[in-house]
Amino acid sequence: MASHESTFRPATHAGKWLDERLPLPRLMHGQFVDFPTPRNINYLWTTGGLLTFFLGVQIATGIVLAMHYIPSAGEAFSSVEAIRRDVNYGWLLRNIHMVGASFFFLAAYIHIARGLYYGSYKAPREVLWIIGVVIFLLMMATAFMGYSLPWGQMSFWAVTVITNLFSSIDAVIPGLGTRIVQWLWGGFSVSGTTLTRFYALHYLLPFVIAGVVGLHIWALHQVGQNNPTGIDIKQPSDSVPMAPYAVLKDIFALSVFVLLFAWFVFYLPDYLGHSDNYIEANPLSTPPHIVPEWYFLPYYAILRAIPDKLLGVIAMFSSILLLIFVPWLDTSRVRSAKYRPVYKWFFWMFVISVIALGYLGSKPPEPPYVGWARFFTAYYFLHLLVILPIVGVIENPRALPRSITEAVLGKEPATQGARAGGGK
Amino acid sequence: MIGLKIKTAVAAVLLAAALGTGASAHEGGHEAAVHIMRQPWTFSGMLGKFEPGQLQRGLKVYTEICARCHSVKRLSFRNLVQPGGPEFPEAGVKSLAADKYKVDAEPNDQGKVLKRPAVLADHIPGPYKNDQEARASQPGGALPPDLSLITRARSIETHLPFYMVPVNMVRDILAGYQEAGADYVYAFLTGFKEPSRDVKVPDGMNYNVAFPAPHFTGMPNPFAGGNDAVKYDDGTPQTVDNYARDVTAFLAWAGDPSLAERKRLGLLVMVYLLITAVLLYFAKRRVWSNLH
Amino acid sequence: MASHTAEEPNRRDFIVIAAQAFAAVGAAAALWPFIDQMNPDASTQALASTEVDLSPVKPGQAITIVWRGKPVFIRNRMPEEVSTAKAVKIADLKDPSARNDALPESAKATDENRTKAGKENWLVLVGICTHLGCIPKGQSMGDAKGDYGGWFCPCHGSHYDTAGRIRQGPAPRNLEVPPYEFLSATQIKIG
Repeated sequence: MASHESTFRPATHAGKWLDERLPLPRLMHGQFVDFPTPRNINYLWTTGGLLTFFLGVQIATGIVLAMHYIPSAGEAFSSVEAIRRDVNYGWLLRNIHMVGASFFFLAAYIHIARGLYYGSYKAPREVLWIIGVVIFLLMMATAFMGYSLPWGQMSFWAVTVITNLFSSIDAVIPGLGTRIVQWLWGGFSVSGTTLTRFYALHYLLPFVIAGVVGLHIWALHQVGQNNPTGIDIKQPSDSVPMAPYAVLKDIFALSVFVLLFAWFVFYLPDYLGHSDNYIEANPLSTPPHIVPEWYFLPYYAILRAIPDKLLGVIAMFSSILLLIFVPWLDTSRVRSAKYRPVYKWFFWMFVISVIALGYLGSKPPEPPYVGWARFFTAYYFLHLLVILPIVGVIENPRALPRSITEAVLGKEPATQGARAGGGK
Repeated sequence: MIGLKIKTAVAAVLLAAALGTGASAHEGGHEAAVHIMRQPWTFSGMLGKFEPGQLQRGLKVYTEICARCHSVKRLSFRNLVQPGGPEFPEAGVKSLAADKYKVDAEPNDQGKVLKRPAVLADHIPGPYKNDQEARASQPGGALPPDLSLITRARSIETHLPFYMVPVNMVRDILAGYQEAGADYVYAFLTGFKEPSRDVKVPDGMNYNVAFPAPHFTGMPNPFAGGNDAVKYDDGTPQTVDNYARDVTAFLAWAGDPSLAERKRLGLLVMVYLLITAVLLYFAKRRVWSNLH
Repeated sequence: MASHTAEEPNRRDFIVIAAQAFAAVGAAAALWPFIDQMNPDASTQALASTEVDLSPVKPGQAITIVWRGKPVFIRNRMPEEVSTAKAVKIADLKDPSARNDALPESAKATDENRTKAGKENWLVLVGICTHLGCIPKGQSMGDAKGDYGGWFCPCHGSHYDTAGRIRQGPAPRNLEVPPYEFLSATQIKIG
């Protein structure tokens, strides 16, 4: 978009007929074939395509699994076993769905890190970024509810622990927290009633995500993609048409990502999970360690780092909600950390903190882990609330290249006949 | 730019690796870690397979020893015949089911539920009618768990310093290590030892070095009968160690009957994806080489 | 459009085509598990055949068993029921086809074609009326057996004879003979 003239010309009579009535091919051509894409975007820019693909994979495998899964407390676990043992290719579809959730989050974290490093959240991409945070929250809700469905020990107890967090509201309004928790549960404890409603919502949310992803792509195409220099497209030689250049690069990146994915699906299907979830849920027996799936571990660490229950919950949710404000917290005039020598260090410190918090989230909340979790939680919030605003102001950025073309070719293009292009 | 790509990729792998702990069904160990050794299994790794002979011996050990207290209710008799498992001949399993096992029939015309001989389609009946009966027959009142998924429901807690965690993970991921449950079950079955003198074992409990601290389990040593407790027909030495290995392999199959198909298809898929990725790489290079 | 002017052959480069072809093949193959998972699973396939012990069924008695979710009538016919069935002329039958899954549709509905050689006292039929699917009466001692001594469907009044053939009433076809075989003198396997 962004005043990009469509060059689509329907090739057939049927094509022309449809174009006058519902110009979907024209839209697709303009947005995904002819769309001017910065020529210097690196492989970190393939994560969007990966995420879209994996959303499709999760929905497709989810629907076929739903043909066999039974969402009742008495039968859920056994129905998953029937899928693993009896349904034709059931073991494969279930492995894909289960490992797919992890790879969905892996791609998402790389995608977010890319955005943070290159300033992809800065004007005019603030709304794009916020929609991204919304998608991330929806993903977390979907994954949380999905994990409850096998009704293993971890399924049951993770739901118990996390829903119980809402009772912390009792500290502010007595009784309200407990009412909310019972409303979530549909009873006085986690039960089959909870399971069934989580199933309904788990089926629904991915389609909500798909809709929000549509908005995300719309917002992206309105302003165009960012690129490693953080400099906008100014001339034809700065960009290439999305097809075949970016599309082929995306497909190649997908094949590599799927290679890694297949290794886990076929040879390490239970590696990213927890063995306790192969034990049927028992409300009368708590596992020695309740841990969420790996992609939730950093937030789990933040939650447990704060000794107060309500403050811990607030810290956990804030750690994600604060991301919404990053476009305004970061005061730098320069987008890409490539040209921000001071901020770069802090970015990596942030990444290390998140990884460290993830590790600590898997450990029991005892010394020395608790101490370190508090340290890294402190850094996490310090980074967002203090570092981002201050460094942007005091830093001396490196000189920016004059254009994308100069960054790539080391020189400006000859004014006419510039070879790349694609869109205007 | 390459540097950043590599840095980010490494960070991403470390993130996933560090967070994908996927281990530890067991207790918060700050006690001395029980070191559970990794065993060589025929079914480990990319080319691993179950050995029908071993699974058949394992079933024998299960039915003669373990089945006194433990069920394998998620297994059906027909599973014993299908490829990728013990691969018993169908006629043999049919007669085993019909001769040795009775299941509830449909209510007859008078409404009575009689017993009928089991058929291939039936689940393998366990020793007890329900959990309560199972507990009642144990001296300590413990519930002998169903074994259908036991090797998937157990893992090994490793007490590594934090900087070794990513190293270990990468190693395990490259090896395709999924046998922690089997390693634990073998260690447990061979872990019934005399405790040191200062350890007081409560009544009705048994001391097992592999079981999480304080190492007391309600299960007695199943191989207290020693060597030759189970007769092997194929010449395999009748040692307790073999009994433990064979029954563990059988239980590993019981928990993961699709392993053979999974690894076979996996090999095809990996080779295909490798070729496709290489082709796509060169295709991408070709298309992009056009730019000036 | 793209101004990579002279380089159009690019798109048709062998490596590009090969890569796309490989990717497409994989994508197509990946579809199969999604389709196959809807086929009957292993536990259903295990119930595709049922073995029945005939020894408790005395001459003149009948049992009903379930096969693939459907009722199957097994009757141990008395000699006179057999001879009555054999005496019927094909021309008098409403449906001349044997309706035996082991035989082609053109096979005639003789008593021989509806039973197994040497075991003609045994009649095995799918107990679903070929009209609109009710289960005909006639299995129990006290049941109405209709005017032809076989079965009678109370829903719309179809009468079946002692070989399970439709003789009177709205049903268009004889009761279906499922595929079965004798494993021994007293054991059959259906399906």
